[in-house]
Amino acid sequence: MFRQPDPFLTIKGLSVGYGQSLVLTDVALDVPEGQVVCLMGRNGVGKTTLLKAIMGLLNPRAGQIRFGQSDMTRWAPHKRAKAGFGYVPQGRHIFPYLTVHENLQMGLEAFAGKQGRAEAVERMYGLFPALKTYAKKVAGTLSGGQQQQLALARALVRQPSLLLLDEPTEGIQPSIVQEIEELLHRLREQNETTILLVEQFLDFALGIADYCYVMEKGAIVLEGAARDLDHNLVREYVAV
Amino acid sequence: MEVWALQLFNGLSLSSILLLIALGLALSFGLMNVINLAHGEFIMIGAYTTYALQQAALSFTGDPQSGVTFLIAIPVSFVVAGAAGYVVENALIRFLYRRPLDTLLATWGVGLFLQQLARSIFGAPNVQVVAPPWLGSALTVTSDLVLPIKRVFILALVTACIGGLYWYMYRSSEGRRMRGVMQNREMAASLGVSTRRVDSFTFALGSGLAGIAGCALTLIGPIGPSLGTFYVVDAFIVVILGGLGQVPGTILAALIIGMLNTMLEFGTTAVVGKVLVFAMVILFLQWRPAGLMRAKGR
Repeated sequence: MFRQPDPFLTIKGLSVGYGQSLVLTDVALDVPEGQVVCLMGRNGVGKTTLLKAIMGLLNPRAGQIRFGQSDMTRWAPHKRAKAGFGYVPQGRHIFPYLTVHENLQMGLEAFAGKQGRAEAVERMYGLFPALKTYAKKVAGTLSGGQQQQLALARALVRQPSLLLLDEPTEGIQPSIVQEIEELLHRLREQNETTILLVEQFLDFALGIADYCYVMEKGAIVLEGAARDLDHNLVREYVAV
Repeated sequence: MEVWALQLFNGLSLSSILLLIALGLALSFGLMNVINLAHGEFIMIGAYTTYALQQAALSFTGDPQSGVTFLIAIPVSFVVAGAAGYVVENALIRFLYRRPLDTLLATWGVGLFLQQLARSIFGAPNVQVVAPPWLGSALTVTSDLVLPIKRVFILALVTACIGGLYWYMYRSSEGRRMRGVMQNREMAASLGVSTRRVDSFTFALGSGLAGIAGCALTLIGPIGPSLGTFYVVDAFIVVILGGLGQVPGTILAALIIGMLNTMLEFGTTAVVGKVLVFAMVILFLQWRPAGLMRAKGR
């Protein structure tokens, strides 16, 4: 058979909290290179907290985050970005008073090398033609779906080696949801980016993921290869 | 009529200096939520830098009115005050970002320290910078309206500074990073922006602008260790009236405060004028607590 790829992102015993309360307890998670790993669970179980901790926006109380050869548990977010992380947060978090073009340029902060920046932006405009139309518009005036496309383009423009996606299809119009799903399937086929995806929409998640984790109350309660998982069991964990 | 026109012009020139001071405050508040009570002392540093430079030129050439010295003093004041700001930010303020009240006390302490330092170096009495001869003349508009060239020069200097700041903020990549961090600090960091570096640079930039203001103030009157305190209060009023962290609002507010100050002082006395301005600002803020301009968007 084929060799199981080395773990790319490895999380061990991670505990994260805000103030007095602990949100994540002893979370372990692996994202192998070139794969799509999906993290599922109801609202408020700690999925976004986990992604923020991986990005370095929250400091863990305990545990370790390794990426490739380096232990980046205490690294600042901008160092993680330079190491290859691309982050699409929940709620998009585009820069509302920067133009669409300036938002994309912010995405190039961690771009490796001096050459090819303009081409990278052009590639994003090719991928999201709506963004090219509104390139000079202030990003805060875009619709929710367009903002989501911008957030995706901003993360993809520097060609991240690990893409962290926090509910990219939440609360936007169906036509754009479909476009985003197609894009993620294409990214998966091109096999250039490893993806950690937080998603509530079960059919889409199980359809694209190689491996799935299900969280409840700040801990991983179920995991397995997407094709082996008992879909009904997952549905029970995710259903409201 | 000409008397009022002259007052209007003086108001404009006061506004422009206030604006230069307030922009630095607005930047550090907009970016880091730091209320910097030591900001006035960076004005003082700029003023004494100009004085020191002139004294140095005097001992070399024996000519106290060397016109070139003042032109050199403008960028040097910017650099010296900016460097002082950079040091203060790195040595102290960055440890207090999440503690606004402590920042207030700590920057006040820094201000007192810098004032005392100036007293120790230059002495407590005020000193005078001799304006270069080419700034001593006046511009005759009509036979009754004569504008001092000094004030025209200050106006031009501030306009150039604001042009430079605008270019920096909206045309350079450093400025884009700064606006990005202002709008969403976590997101900017997640994209690879070193927010630490942006904070230091912005603080230094604001301090440097105060330094230029100090350099300009040497043209208007004598300078002393507590020079900054006098102007920084008005600058704070400008920032609050303009809407915190809003550059266009700050510009408008500086115009209003500068004009009101000059006009009301002219009609009454200096103290009554100031009381009236403060009362008006307080009343206005009751009506619009966010100031003249506020952040909008979805």
